[in-house]
Amino acid sequence: MKLSAKTATLLVLALMIAVTPFFFPSGYYYRVGALIFVNGIAVTGIVILTGYAGQISLGHAGFAGIGAYACALAPVHLGLHPALAVVLGAAISAVLAWLVGRPILRLKGYYLGVATLGFGILVSMVLNNERDLTRGPDGIDVPELGLRAVLKGWGLDMTNGQFWYFFCGLILILGAWLALNLYDSPTGRALRALHGSEIAARTVGVDVARMKLQAFVISAVYASVSGSLLALQNKFITPDVAGFMHSIEMVTMAVLGGVGSILGAILGAGILTLLPQVLTVFAEYEQLVLGLVMMLVMIFLREGLLPSILRRLRGTGE
Amino acid sequence: MLTIEGLRSRYGRIEVLHGIDLRVDSGEIVTVVGANGAGKTTLLRCLSGVQPVTGGAITFRGETLTPVPAYRRLRRGLAHSPEGRQIFTNLSVEENLRLGAFLFSDARVEKDMDDAFQMFPVLKQKRNLAAGGLSGGQQQMLAMARALMGRPSCLLLDEPSMGLAPIIVAQIFDVVSGLKALGVTVLLVEQNAFGALKIADRGYVMETGCITMQGDASELIADPRIRAAYLGI
Repeated sequence: MKLSAKTATLLVLALMIAVTPFFFPSGYYYRVGALIFVNGIAVTGIVILTGYAGQISLGHAGFAGIGAYACALAPVHLGLHPALAVVLGAAISAVLAWLVGRPILRLKGYYLGVATLGFGILVSMVLNNERDLTRGPDGIDVPELGLRAVLKGWGLDMTNGQFWYFFCGLILILGAWLALNLYDSPTGRALRALHGSEIAARTVGVDVARMKLQAFVISAVYASVSGSLLALQNKFITPDVAGFMHSIEMVTMAVLGGVGSILGAILGAGILTLLPQVLTVFAEYEQLVLGLVMMLVMIFLREGLLPSILRRLRGTGE
Repeated sequence: MLTIEGLRSRYGRIEVLHGIDLRVDSGEIVTVVGANGAGKTTLLRCLSGVQPVTGGAITFRGETLTPVPAYRRLRRGLAHSPEGRQIFTNLSVEENLRLGAFLFSDARVEKDMDDAFQMFPVLKQKRNLAAGGLSGGQQQMLAMARALMGRPSCLLLDEPSMGLAPIIVAQIFDVVSGLKALGVTVLLVEQNAFGALKIADRGYVMETGCITMQGDASELIADPRIRAAYLGI
């Protein structure tokens, strides 16, 4: 039996999520796992933007910040249920991505990178400085999602760690499934085509600017949902979620694991989320190691870890 | 079908097309021959819209084409097989063809793909392989097949013989002359003047951004000046 790449990816992902808890030395690792999945969701969005369409964003944490603060603020100020706040955050992120991306994506080259860099810094500054609303750098409480209590009512009793592990894992699988479907759709093909040659893409009838904008908006929604889940899970959020380092982390995770492969990028998210947890000494040097990892991968494993390893295994190394 | 009047275009401050007049009638194969740097590729890029036009007019099937963005021109029936093939190397052969039919989602896409495989059987054998792994000749076939998947009424073909072995060039030219039977009008730009004029109905000679000669292909091929300058005879 031959599995399609799509089914294989989803199966591997589901198996990993279901089986790894049996090897957890303590309940704490559910939390680490949930963090990996949260990052995995953001990184899946990066795969769509960078891996499929070949566009670079250095400000995606800005969208994560919007998703996170939507969950902190909308329930309090608008009386929205936190689950609806996730949707609201995603909608705001999508609209902002559309507004920011529209003028920029008509241009070629580094413009998106630089402009998104500015956008990320802007969001982070607003979150830091609008103290009346966001409480500034000290951070703000986020209301309980409440789904765990509902599940408990149905007889499904989980610890907080377990709930967030499986809930984020489920959303990650959903996100990966959507992204994999996109890959094989006409839109996905068009994105990969313009990545290869914008001119040829235009000659076959692809509206290049609009396609790039679509990819940017979709990936912004992934980042926003990821930020929302992080906030809801921690029940507390600081403006760091929108910070420049977080943007860089997203790109690094994707590039490390393999920006052209969803499973690879999630693996990258896993490694870079796990490392600081496993080696606590590492925390001090995190940024240093991030930079080093980036350089080494770019020099030795251009396609990223997973695609490079798979290539070796298949024996089709260049 | 396609009329070009006084077409001008520039790269930055340097004008490369100084007022081109050219006409392609329905069902014809028309070729533009000329040396490297004459502006032949720029001319096709203007027609498909990927190069801005600074003056003159392009009329295609009775409509002014100049304000139409590049990605809408295929819908009007004008396909461009660009210089250097520009196939999508990371995508499979089949995906390249499906992208050629990006505008369509009907059942005819599958039939068109079968037709393409019939025209170029080697592509069928390689349909699931990355297009970047094809040889130069196969890539050229793919580029043409991809352009035809867009169901054009007129195909702009840029230098299909570039960098290919003579036997492959002959095959490619055979296919181009066969397009006539399929009802596709062709504007063929070539450095290989002899091969192009042999299959064309009419020809234009382009030199440094101007049309310097034009006429029936059979006359041009016999013209002593052309024989000396382009045919090396």
